[in-house]
Order: sequence, then C-alpha cells, then structure tokens
Amino acid sequence: MIRPGQDFDPARRRLLGGGVTLGALTLLTGCNVSDHDAVQDALQRVSVWNDRVQAALFGPNRLAPTFPESMAVKDFRYNAWYGPDQAPVLDPKDYRLVLAGRIADKRPWSVEALHALPQETQVTRHICVEGWSMIGKWTGTPLRVFLERIGADTTARYVGFECADGYYEGIDMPTALHPQTLMAFRLHDSLLPHRHGFPFKLRIPTKLGFKNPKFVTTLYVTDKEPRGYWPDRGYNWFSGL
Amino acid sequence: MSQKGVQTHAWPLRLAHWTMAVAVLVMIGSGWRIYNAEPILPFRFPLFATLGGDVEAALARHGDPGVASAIAWHFAGMWLLGAAFGLFLLYGLFSGHFRRDYLPLTPRAFVRDFTDALRFRLEHRLGVYNAVQKAFYWGVLLALLVVILSGVAIWKPVQTYPLETLFGGFQGARTVHFLAMTAIVGFLAVHLALVALVPRTLVSMITGRSGPSPEPEGEAP
Repeated sequence: MIRPGQDFDPARRRLLGGGVTLGALTLLTGCNVSDHDAVQDALQRVSVWNDRVQAALFGPNRLAPTFPESMAVKDFRYNAWYGPDQAPVLDPKDYRLVLAGRIADKRPWSVEALHALPQETQVTRHICVEGWSMIGKWTGTPLRVFLERIGADTTARYVGFECADGYYEGIDMPTALHPQTLMAFRLHDSLLPHRHGFPFKLRIPTKLGFKNPKFVTTLYVTDKEPRGYWPDRGYNWFSGL
Repeated sequence: MSQKGVQTHAWPLRLAHWTMAVAVLVMIGSGWRIYNAEPILPFRFPLFATLGGDVEAALARHGDPGVASAIAWHFAGMWLLGAAFGLFLLYGLFSGHFRRDYLPLTPRAFVRDFTDALRFRLEHRLGVYNAVQKAFYWGVLLALLVVILSGVAIWKPVQTYPLETLFGGFQGARTVHFLAMTAIVGFLAVHLALVALVPRTLVSMITGRSGPSPEPEGEAP
C-alpha cells in the first residue's frame, strides 16, 4: 500500500499529471466534483460510518489466513513516501521505546529488553490499499502480551504509535489485542532491516499495510481516536481487512 | 391501451434502475482511479475518465495522487449500489417481473432473435423483451452480483474468508472484480447505444409509461 508510500517516481507523476487538464472537462462525473468541500465532507462522514461498520464486522478471534513458509517472500517489498535509503537508522544502543497514556508502568524499553519478550512466528499476508499483496514470515511478540506486561489499560479504546520517520498511526483496542497482532522484530528469520522498521514494526494481518507502522518510538494508550498519517490524507481510518 | 400509454416500469424498478445507474458510474470512475494505483494489466485508465479529484491539487495538499478520494467514493458508492441492486432483485423476484418479463429464455429463441438483430430485423415493442434483451439483462445482473461479491472479498478478505477462495484468492478476486466491471461497461455501451436507437425506452424508464403510439421500430434493449 501506501504504507507510507506511493512510488512517486517522476515518470509516474508525469503520467498521472497528463490527464489533469482533461480532468476539468470530464463528462462522466467531473474530476473536480471530488474537490468541493461539501463533497469531501460528505465522503468523510460516510468514511466515519464505514469505521463503525468495520468495527462491528471485526471478529476479535477470527484469524487472518496463514500460509506455508514456502510462500513467504524473503525480499519483502519496500513501500514508503521516501526511498529505502532515507529510512531512519536507529542505533540499538540509544533506542528507547517511550510509553505514554493509560499505562501503569511507563518505563522506557531498550531493544535488548524488547528482544527478551516471548516471541512467536507467523506467515501472513500483507495487503496494501493500492491492491498489491505479499506473504511474509514475521517473528515477534504479540502486542497483547506487551500491553499486559506494561500494565496498559486494555479497557481503553485505542493504541497509538509514533515513529522515527514522522509517521503516526493508531488502532482500535480489539485489533491491538487480536492474537495475530505482533510487534515484529524479525522478517524471514533475520533481524528486521532498517528500511522495514528496525527495531520493530507493528504487524497486523487484519489491517491494510499502512496501519502497520515501522520504527515505532512511542506507544500510547488512549480513549481519543489517534490520528493516522494516511487517514489525515483522506484514507479510511479503520482500514480493516 | 389508454391514452396515457401502457405501464412499462413500476416505480420501485425505476428507482432501483436510476440509483444503480448513478452508483455504477461512481464505482467505475473511482474504481478506475484505484486500479491506476496498482494496475493488473499493462495500461492505466485515462485520468479524465476517473473519479477522485484533481491529482496535482491532491499531491500538493496531501502527497497523495487522489487515490484517497477515489477510495472514499468507492466505499460510499458501494452502499448505494448494494441497496439499489438489492431493491432491484427483491422487486424483480417478488413482483413477478423477472418471471414475467425475463423468462422464458431458450437458446433457440436467443439464436433466432440474435440473428434478426444482426440483420436489423428485430422489432422493439415496449414492455416486451426479446430473447437477446432477456439474456443481456440476466447477464448484467450476474455481472453485478459477481462484482459485488468479489468486491466484498477484496474489501474484507479476512472477515469474509474463505470467500476469496471462490475467486482464486485475493489477487484472483481483483481480477474477477476487473472482469465483471468490464462486462458491465460492455453492457452499458450496448444498452446506451440501443436507447439512442429507440429513445422512447428512455422516456418510459423515467415516466414508467410508454407513449400512446406503439409503432414498431428499431431493435433490442
């Protein structure tokens, strides 16, 4: 998906831009219809309604399909609004995961401490809002285990994340507690590469790719719906699968 | 037949028809913009034919080429399409419209009427469908059903699992969704061409009545 990221290569931008002047003339529905504030407001209201529908559809114990390990892609697709070389490189010596909000024990966590948590492996499918999908092998700690360990108030409604690249996201508590929601430390048995979010990314097979934040530096528990980087840009907030 | 002409389409059917017409255009326009973000074939749809706002403006404002708006349209239009399609099906089944007007349909009648249509000999009588029309209407209803089911499989592949396996997995569902869209676009092209040939059908789909002078002319749907 757009886990941060369209491939905004210049050729593609030119291609997309090519039709813009024609866009003003469109017969069918009118390109610019979409840009009216009233239309955007109406679409946003439907999107909020869709959040509620998706929360109701979500089965807290319904598992995303898992796949044989042979189907997992080792060289996992990189996707962000910047190139892989620009991905933040966090030094494990300095890194601390900061905790905030409705959490009893807010002491920050080092990489070493995180790695000492119980871990499990899943082979699940990442689905991008753009339409592509890829199966990966992820190893890490169920977020539920971590939330319990730090004394998070799991009756709160949301868990939010802030990331080293300026990205931010948030998920509903039922998804945070879902058995397949992992803090993934490893991709295909190797330490998570920097471009994929070292020291960890949220791996949530019940959400679209952009709801899987990388290089998380702050985790907070809250009753106020956390903003999301792409939802702030018009994408649906819940974005469940 | 009275002066007001014959009742051709009852109001629930006209409501469903026009709601579906709007919904289908929204879904096609926004769907094409979404498709362009990750094409499954080596082409993209021309931007002017897609729905989702001005790309340069969206890039400048958001760093997003209008895919967000297209998705918002798509996930709003789906409710409209689902509701209209549901109304059409329920009305068609329970009013006897399908049984009365879409049946019987035999291969022999289809071949006969299709041959006549190709020779421009098939006459159009308002309120009575020939076999080619019947087959077309069944076909587009099936395409709509497939587009909706594959769409649900793409929208909620986990919550509706194993629905996607019906279409050969998630990527298979995208392909089926695309093919069903293509069938609907094909239907629309023929449908609109024939409406242009027999404009009275447009009047009757709006007012629900045919004009007082049913002179045979033109052909199919």
